Amino acid sequence: MYPAPFEYYRAETAQEATELLSKHVGAKILAGGHSLVPAMKYRVAAPSALVDIGRLNLNYITAAEGVLKIGALSTHATVASSDVVKHNCAIIAQGAAGIGDQMVRNRGTIGGSLAHSDPQADYPTLVTCVGATIKTSSGKSYNADTFFKDMLTTALEENDIITEITMPVYGSGTGGFYYKIPHPASGYAVAGAAALVTVEAGICKRVSLVVGGATVNPVRAVEAEAYLVGKAPTSENIKAAAAMVAQVIKNPMGDGYASGAYRTHLAGVASERTLVEAVHRAA
Amino acid sequence: MGQWVSITVNGKNYTREVEPRTLLASFLREDLGLTGTNIGCDSSQCGACTIHMDGMAVKSCTVLAVQAHGTVITTIEGMAVNGKLHPVQQAFWDQHGLQCGFCTPGMIMSISYMLAQHPNASELEIRHQLEGNICRCTGYQNIVKAAMQARDELHHEHHQHMQEQH
Repeated sequence: MYPAPFEYYRAETAQEATELLSKHVGAKILAGGHSLVPAMKYRVAAPSALVDIGRLNLNYITAAEGVLKIGALSTHATVASSDVVKHNCAIIAQGAAGIGDQMVRNRGTIGGSLAHSDPQADYPTLVTCVGATIKTSSGKSYNADTFFKDMLTTALEENDIITEITMPVYGSGTGGFYYKIPHPASGYAVAGAAALVTVEAGICKRVSLVVGGATVNPVRAVEAEAYLVGKAPTSENIKAAAAMVAQVIKNPMGDGYASGAYRTHLAGVASERTLVEAVHRAA
Repeated sequence: MGQWVSITVNGKNYTREVEPRTLLASFLREDLGLTGTNIGCDSSQCGACTIHMDGMAVKSCTVLAVQAHGTVITTIEGMAVNGKLHPVQQAFWDQHGLQCGFCTPGMIMSISYMLAQHPNASELEIRHQLEGNICRCTGYQNIVKAAMQARDELHHEHHQHMQEQH
């Protein structure tokens, strides 16, 4: 399978990439290419030109003053194996380790995954859960909570490039976990849930619970979060909270493999399992 | 229209003009005649097209040849040295780690990368890390046996090498 013909431009700097994008109307940004190239091969996408940003200096991971910074071109493999990520925001490394397979993780990038915003992808759910900020080459910053707008659609403006993802670090007392129920063939999440739980003196002080896969964008399980805060993280309380997850799932997607009702059910199952593990890791 | 790429494949540098939409798998097979790299699903699922690009296992059906400009690539043809099979190749031979053989080049490239990353991989870890390679004959038992033999052999080679240095 070949993509439709396109013009190819390789950018060396973010500024050059922006110039190329504004000069070539209809051009798309190519990073690792593991969402875009398959879409082009299926002819779901047929951009007239590609601007390759793969060589920009956006492959870095740092942590300082309570903030973890991940360059947009960091591959899933880099994030998954990074000690800096593991020490400062472990849920992101754990989630990245489960994306695709080892070859896909060697090419796919965090910025590309967020820009593509596949409803079954893991990163949108993960970054929403940790309260990440998505920064772009034009100087804009988006909260993950309001970044994902619709099916394969984000708040990103035309020709803007994701450059960095920042997130607050967490330490002992807080546990995080991402649990996905993957499609048996594609490996994509039929439902996935990410949880961050802070436990103090046996009581949940802060709870972040986000579910993806069932809807076009990840959703925050606000009722479940509110229910758990101030309570002990017992299995009964977690079960009761997970039962509230269905309330936030509006218009679930359905297909031949998994109906909307089934995905909604799985979102609750994934939420319960991920909360149990997050609480365990908070200890 | 055409784009010049310069890519080192199995130790030899090739400079070619390619159409930008040329996939790396097709470039290897059709421009360079290295047909050991197979195209199975053509949709980044099956792993038959796995090669090493700058030391990383990647699916060459999902990389554009233009993206590989300036990289160093190893394909299945570059694994044997002076007629001696790579330990992973030898293990596939010894354990009969193949049936029709179509997935084999990708399996070998994937396993050799995996063992470089995780020299002590357990059987379970090997199975887990192999999720990106599909054998349509379902001959996984012997493939996993081959991976374990190769793991042990590579350990043995490593120790011998260390002893020779002392």
